[in-house]
Amino acid sequence: MRQVIRKWFWAWEFDKEEQWLNDMAAQGKVLLSVHYATYEFEDSQPGEYAIRLEMLEKFPGSEESQQYIEFVESTGAEFVGKVMKWVYFRKKKELGDFELHGDNATRIKHLKGIMVLLLPLGALNLFCAISNLSIGIGMGSTANVLCGLLNLAVAVLLGKGWSLLNEKKKKLEKDAQLFE
Amino acid sequence: MGTINGALTEAVYYILLSLMQPMHGYGIMQNVEKLSGGRLKLAAGTLYGAISTMQEKGWIFALSADGDSRKKEYMITDTGREMLKSEYRRLKELVENGKAVLEEDAQ
Repeated sequence: MRQVIRKWFWAWEFDKEEQWLNDMAAQGKVLLSVHYATYEFEDSQPGEYAIRLEMLEKFPGSEESQQYIEFVESTGAEFVGKVMKWVYFRKKKELGDFELHGDNATRIKHLKGIMVLLLPLGALNLFCAISNLSIGIGMGSTANVLCGLLNLAVAVLLGKGWSLLNEKKKKLEKDAQLFE
Repeated sequence: MGTINGALTEAVYYILLSLMQPMHGYGIMQNVEKLSGGRLKLAAGTLYGAISTMQEKGWIFALSADGDSRKKEYMITDTGREMLKSEYRRLKELVENGKAVLEEDAQ
């Protein structure tokens, strides 16, 4: 039986998202397809599959990303779907362990890729917030003030996400001085 | 790391060892796990990154895959062999020095 669940995760919550998908798989609901904030599951044996997701450097349609996806598939995994630059895989546990990033260097690289995406978005929203609030307060425009506050809220949220990823990255970098 | 050539990562060392004979991606993963007695399990992304970089550096090359990249096999080059031998010598030095100090300490 198929089941569709709508759920939202921020980009910096990919660990939480992956954990949730694996919890679902542990209950016998394995990911079948994925769209924006929408996950479709199908029945499986509880714990039959492991799920992994990651953000690629280039969009999944690019040649480099296609080669990567095919490589991951060649290791026994199934490509489930994509959302923007994010790709989702599942693999039967009987085929062996399933990890995409097994060492600190690739984990750090992955985190940096997401952080680079968040930074300009946050900066853009901060710039819009300052502009809108200046215009709104100066000219007495409620619409500009509201837009400015909204931009500010988004900038703070993205900044918080960036900082969470940065903390995670710093910890890995510290470990990388001792371990691979 | 301060050495002339730098130390190879454990994954790269085992991948190069595996590619003394032609092998595809999944085969490398299985072989590395077997060689390390199940201790080292290569992650797909890590393996892909290492293979791409080693191809760029000319340490390994891809054999023709008859159009199916999922069956692409790789093999070590002469440069790759040199890197592997150099790393082997480095590891041997580490072990010998460790042995000398620790065995003396145990007495």
